[in-house]
Amino acid sequence: MSQIVSMTINGEERELALEPYRSLLDTLRNEGGLTGTKKGCDVGDCGACTIIMNGKPVNSCLVLAVEAAGAMIETIEGLQLAPDKPHPLQEAFMRYGSAQCGFCTPGIIMMAKALLDENPNPTEDEVRFGIAGNICRCTGYTKIIEAILATAADLQRAKSA
Amino acid sequence: MKRFEYHEPASLEEASRLLAELGATAQVLAGGTDLLVEIREHLRPVTHVVNIKRIPGLRDFACDDAQGLRVGALITAREVETSPQVARLFPNLVSAVGQLGSIQVRNRATVVGNICRASPSADTLPPLIADGARLSVFNGNGERSIALEEFFTGPGRTVLRPGEIVTGISVPPPGAHSGRAYIKHGRRKAMELATVGVAVTLEREAGHCREIRIALGAVAPTPIRAREAEALLRGEAFTPERVAAVAEAAMTESTPISNVRASAEYRREMVGVLTRRAITLAMEAIQ
Ligand code: FES
Ligand code: FES
Repeated sequence: MSQIVSMTINGEERELALEPYRSLLDTLRNEGGLTGTKKGCDVGDCGACTIIMNGKPVNSCLVLAVEAAGAMIETIEGLQLAPDKPHPLQEAFMRYGSAQCGFCTPGIIMMAKALLDENPNPTEDEVRFGIAGNICRCTGYTKIIEAILATAADLQRAKSA
Repeated sequence: MKRFEYHEPASLEEASRLLAELGATAQVLAGGTDLLVEIREHLRPVTHVVNIKRIPGLRDFACDDAQGLRVGALITAREVETSPQVARLFPNLVSAVGQLGSIQVRNRATVVGNICRASPSADTLPPLIADGARLSVFNGNGERSIALEEFFTGPGRTVLRPGEIVTGISVPPPGAHSGRAYIKHGRRKAMELATVGVAVTLEREAGHCREIRIALGAVAPTPIRAREAEALLRGEAFTPERVAAVAEAAMTESTPISNVRASAEYRREMVGVLTRRAITLAMEAIQ
């Protein structure tokens, strides 16, 4: 039996009719039409489905959509500052060539955003620890870590300027 | 995902009644990071999911010198991992919870849920057992208290009866001149199950060992206390020979299996190495 669940997705109030056994990931992608969040493993191992729920990064494949009733959800689609203005992390990922096939990228960028929100000036080790749950089979991580550290430095500089 | 009926009880009484009525294929959902995987991969037949997140009173979280630690059933691993008070009094637990999955998982997974899955290799169990943790269990009318080390009966199995719900875990305050350590041995740094986990909590008095508890993970069907090893050190001086004998005894008490992560022989050897190392670390941690 489906029920109506309302949640705020990228600042917009949404009401979705859901079966209780649906994951938040499937719901965002199907009912929500937001396919930027990826399904890699569907069991919490790869991090491709990372979104920010009530300020915390989580695997959306491990959340039931009904549990998100009343929650604030942020996905990769809500990150850009304006329609033609990417988020600084997105800029840095392009500049550093941090995406190859790109499948892990939305999840890693959401994880990186949560990391920088909590710790604006992370060490390389802290970045590595932070993205340990995001698997990338293409890049070898080096360029991803460079882009995250560069974004942190840019944001710090912008703040003190 | 497989279909199931979903329940959101508003009280412990209601949740307990539901679980008792619905039987073994009804499961409690707290963080869901294990349960949803088990449902999706058909590892566990589940017809009813009972979400306990709307029940009030399951979010206590307190840690201080006088009372020790109290963690309600809905407190996440990440909350424990990032608490400065827990880091000060129970650094062994913080290092263990930080090993559970990824940050994304730890933002959902609860410490009590991790305990209730009763995995022999769960990292949180050895340090909590070494520190004498107890569980509060709601049984329909009232609460009973169970020592964590007596909670497990086998892999995935506990002493919980139908309709019982663990509401929280408490750990007594650290004793004077006590030190604690947890060492996890795996093949890589993150997203790894323990091959062997060793926790030691000890108290020193006048150069002697006043009290010691050694808990071993992933080397028996449940986490275990190495009681014979402990007895060799209790009341004795920390000489290298003594500590070597303790490590030897801990190896004998473990009954590991061989699986894809390591052979039984290797695990037993590592129990010896890590017990010695954990005793040294726990000694160094005494303040
Ligand atoms: S799809 Fe959720 S962690 Fe892989
Ligand atoms: S860019 Fe292909 S998986 Fe990361």
